[in-house]
Amino acid sequence: MAISKEEVIHIAKLASLNLTEEEIERYSNDMTEILEFANEINSVNTDNVGETIAANEKYNVFRKDEIKQNVDKEALLQNAPSKDDGMFRIPKVIN
Amino acid sequence: MAREDYEIVMGLEVHCELSTKTKIFCSCPTEFGGEPNTHCCPICMAMPGTLPVLNEKVVEYAVKAGLATNCQIARKSKNDRKNYFYPDLPKAYQISQFDLPLCYEGYVDVETPEGEKRIGITRIHIEEDAGKLNHDEYGRGSFVDLNRAGVPLIEVVSEPDLRTKEEVEAYLRKLKSIFEYIEVSDCKMQEGSLRADVNVSVRKKGATEFGTRTEMKNMNSFRSIVRAIEYEANRQIDVIENGGVITQETLRWDDVSGKTFSMRDKEDAQDYRYFPDPDLVEIRLSEEYIENIKKSLPELPESRKKRYLEDMGLTEKAANFVTGSKYYSNMFEEASSVCGNAKSVSNWIMSDIARILNEREEEPDELKFSGKELGELVTLIDKGTISSAIAKKVLEEMFKNPEMPSKIIEAKGWIQISDEGAIKEVVAKVLEANPQSIADYKAGKDKALGFLVGQAMKETKGKANPQMLNKLFLEELNK
Ligand SMILES: [Zn+2]
Repeated sequence: MAISKEEVIHIAKLASLNLTEEEIERYSNDMTEILEFANEINSVNTDNVGETIAANEKYNVFRKDEIKQNVDKEALLQNAPSKDDGMFRIPKVIN
Repeated sequence: MAREDYEIVMGLEVHCELSTKTKIFCSCPTEFGGEPNTHCCPICMAMPGTLPVLNEKVVEYAVKAGLATNCQIARKSKNDRKNYFYPDLPKAYQISQFDLPLCYEGYVDVETPEGEKRIGITRIHIEEDAGKLNHDEYGRGSFVDLNRAGVPLIEVVSEPDLRTKEEVEAYLRKLKSIFEYIEVSDCKMQEGSLRADVNVSVRKKGATEFGTRTEMKNMNSFRSIVRAIEYEANRQIDVIENGGVITQETLRWDDVSGKTFSMRDKEDAQDYRYFPDPDLVEIRLSEEYIENIKKSLPELPESRKKRYLEDMGLTEKAANFVTGSKYYSNMFEEASSVCGNAKSVSNWIMSDIARILNEREEEPDELKFSGKELGELVTLIDKGTISSAIAKKVLEEMFKNPEMPSKIIEAKGWIQISDEGAIKEVVAKVLEANPQSIADYKAGKDKALGFLVGQAMKETKGKANPQMLNKLFLEELNK
């Protein structure tokens, strides 16, 4: 199975990436290789193996519904490139 | 072809905020309001290196919602990432559920003008809310407040079983009512804790294939949902009638202009690249866990309705109306136990209380008085302390100022005159001023009595005891 140039362009668009013609070519080859590598897993016999729905063997890791609030608002906003009125300021968003 | 030749096919995605104390994946409070970015922490702000941990109450509430809507409960479930870019979504993905939702294959029965109708529920899954964007009028940019980011939601996806706007409203009210009863959400539409996206398509009656559908977002009142459906169905029919084709797209409903607007173009058609969130582990629910939640469910509207019909003597219509909202139902039960007159209480709820709420454009959850006050009001009428005309005025007053009715009538001087001497005086006065009515009555016009009673009511500003007035007038007239 190969990843076509069109698919690379589509994925790049979804990821908001601008790729050059050369990069599209390269990623198309790289992603095809990755996919082929991952496809090797298909050759494993899984007849007696149950379905895995998560990569981690643990399950039911929950938190109690209790409020813990000890965060400094200034600290949360300190790395914002731009802020105002206690909010992150970003370029105007139009719907 | 005319509009009547088309059928509207609708499905709903209802987002309902769960009333847990904390967010879905961190311990920040979910409380509404608050200064921007004060209900936040590194987790819900998506700082690198943080890890989410699922709130156990979110699972419990979602399972409750599923059981109350006749759903199957998944024994194995998981969280998935839904990827998209929007500035109110700090991680650039929303943690949601894709192929293994907590609840699936349920239904609710709703009342329609044609009788009861079953609406299928495809699934209920848990997910996190996004933040809020604020825009200012000076064009300085947009401002991100992440207080809502990470607030737990359930999304209830219906089957495309809805055909009319009345059915949509009935279905939504039913969900709202159920979730209020089981206390998993306060369902306040005005605060955005219940929101609906509607998928709409049209097809010629008798057609078996569905038409292309559009999805309308951004609706948070029953009124705007109903208006949006009307507008969008008509728009689609017009397009088809003019030889056009419906494009599958997401539309934003604008309440001010009363129109829908395209949000994203087809090219970007939803490709969310869902995949299991590797930061979270599998959810496994045991039979015992599900059984315990089932046992903890409070009495649901269906069962209350049965009790109202069988034990409290309400009519089908009254029982449906009162159980339609937890707030009405609780008020009804409390007021009935106070005054012992369930029928009268249900009538007050169905007629005057519902009418005043409607005039005020409010929902039953916004009622400021309780069954205690309503019960006393009915007692005061039954004891003859006030007439029902005065009681209506007292009720209006209770909406403005939720005090005990006895206090209101005392402050306003509205106590009914039941003193025979005082009423005799009024009767004499009215008879003297209206000789023509006496003549009319004697000539067999019974209506004249009503007129005289009306005059006496006017004279006493509605405070005279009507039964006593009637009796004394008749005594005088038949002398
Ligand atoms: Zn947080």
